[in-house]
Amino acid sequence: MRPFAYERASDAAGAVAAVAQPGAMYLGGGTNLVDLMKLGVESPERLVDVSRLPYDRIEEAPGGGLRIGAAVRNSELAADPAVRERYPLLALALLSGASGQLRNVATIGGNLLQRTRCGYFQDVSKPCNKRRPGSGCPAREGDHRNLAILGHSEACVATHPSDMAVALAAIGAEVHVTGPDGQRTIPIPGLHRLPGDEPSRDTVLEPGELITALELEPLAPTLAARSTYRKVRDRASFSFAVVSVAAAVEVAGGTVRDCRIALGAVAHGPWRAWRAEESLRGARATEASFAAAADAELAQARPLRDNAFKVPLARNLLVATLADLCEEVA
Amino acid sequence: MRRVTHHADVSLRINGTDHSLSLDTRTTLLDALREQLGLTGSKKGCDHGQCGACTVLVDGRRANACLLLAVAVDGRDVTTVEGLADGEALHPLQASFVEHDAFQCGYCTPGQICSAVGMIGEVRDGWPSAVTGDLRAEPVLTDDEIRERMSGNLCRCGAYANLVPAIAEVAR
Repeated sequence: MRPFAYERASDAAGAVAAVAQPGAMYLGGGTNLVDLMKLGVESPERLVDVSRLPYDRIEEAPGGGLRIGAAVRNSELAADPAVRERYPLLALALLSGASGQLRNVATIGGNLLQRTRCGYFQDVSKPCNKRRPGSGCPAREGDHRNLAILGHSEACVATHPSDMAVALAAIGAEVHVTGPDGQRTIPIPGLHRLPGDEPSRDTVLEPGELITALELEPLAPTLAARSTYRKVRDRASFSFAVVSVAAAVEVAGGTVRDCRIALGAVAHGPWRAWRAEESLRGARATEASFAAAADAELAQARPLRDNAFKVPLARNLLVATLADLCEEVA
Repeated sequence: MRRVTHHADVSLRINGTDHSLSLDTRTTLLDALREQLGLTGSKKGCDHGQCGACTVLVDGRRANACLLLAVAVDGRDVTTVEGLADGEALHPLQASFVEHDAFQCGYCTPGQICSAVGMIGEVRDGWPSAVTGDLRAEPVLTDDEIRERMSGNLCRCGAYANLVPAIAEVAR
C-alpha cells in the first residue's frame, strides 16, 4: 500500500478544504476503501476521515420522512425503530448486505459510494475503463456472469453492489451534499449514473463533494405495509446479489392502486422500474399483470453472452415478489 | 508548507489497558494488535473482510480488524479474544466451544467467539436480522438466526454443526 497522510476532519468545511489537497480522498468506515487500497485499486496520498463528523443521527424530516446522517452505520439504520416501522424494505435491504461485522462499521454515505465488485475493476493487472479510462473492458468478452443486463455501455458493464440503494430508489430519497461550490441535494434515483463513455464516474458527485445526510421521502403506510426486499444470490447469506428487488404495493378491491419497484445488481446503479410501475398501476392484482409489468421493464434488457439468465431470473423474482405482497393483502 | 507525515500517534484501550503507539498510517488494527502488541489471538485469514477470523469488539461492537486503520480507531476501546476470560476462568462462550467441540483446526475460533459475543449483544439490543420474520418484534435467537447472524465468520473445517449449538447454549 502506498504511504498516505491521515487527518481527521472536525467539520464539513474543514473536510472539503482538506480533500482539495492533491491525491486526497474521504474515509468513512473504510470497509470498501481500505480493501481497495490493499488491492492497489485506490492509492490516495491523503485520507480525510469524515467518520466522526456530527452526522450520526437519525431524525424526523420536516416533510414527514427521515433524515439520516451520512456517518450513521448500516447496522444502526437497520435497527432503528422508525425505519423498521415505516420503511421495512429499507431495513431488510440493509440486513441483506454484507455481514454483521461490516454493517457495524460501514457508513450510509460509504454504502452509496462503494465501488463495483466487477473482478476486472478489482484486479489491477487487468484493463478496466472504470479504473483506468481508455484501457478497455475485458468483462464484455470475459467473466460477466454477474454483470449488467440494463443500461450498460460498450465501455462498461459493471453493476453497483449496494442493497440499500435499491430500497432507496424504490422509496425515493435524496442526499444532502456539501462541496467546494456550496450545498445541494441530489435525488435517488439520480445519484448513480449510467456508465456511458465515462464509466470512471459512478455518481454525479463533483470532485470534493461530501454526502452529509440522506433524506427519505415519506412512504405511505399502505405501501410500507406491503413492502419487501428480496435478494437472490449464490449463497444464502454474506454474498452480493445476482438479482434483487425492492417493492411496495397498495392494493384495494383487487386492483393495484400504487406501487414502487426497483431492481438491484442489474445495472450501474439501482434501477427504478418505472415501466413496470406504469404497467402495474391500476391493473388487476393478478399474476398476469405482474408478468406484464416485469416484461414491460425487461424489454429493455440487453444481456451479455453469459448473463442472459438474469433476465428471466429478474422477471420471475419480480412476479413472485409481487404475488407474495398481494397475497398478504387478500 | 505543512510537512507531510505518514506516521501517527494512536491511543487504544485494549482489553482494559491503555496503549500509546506510533504507527505508520497504513497499519491496520489487526496488524497493530498482532505485530506491535503481540496479541496474536486475532487471526489474519483473508485480510479483506471476507472471512471474519480477525473479528474483535470495538466499543462493544464486532468489527473486522483487518479493514480498520488503527489511526481511524484512535481513542476507541478494543476487546480481543485475549480479553474475554476472567483470569483462568474461561468466558462462557469459550467454555461452550470446548464443550461442544465447535472447532477443528481452531484458526477461525477467536473470530467466531468475538463475533458471537458481539452478536449476542446485538440480539439483546433488539436488532433484527435478514431472517427475522417480524422486524418490529423482539428477535428470538433460533438456529436459523444464529446461522444468518454469524455468516461473516467462515470455518473452512466445516465445524458449523457444532458452532451453532455452542453459541445457542450461551445465548438462550
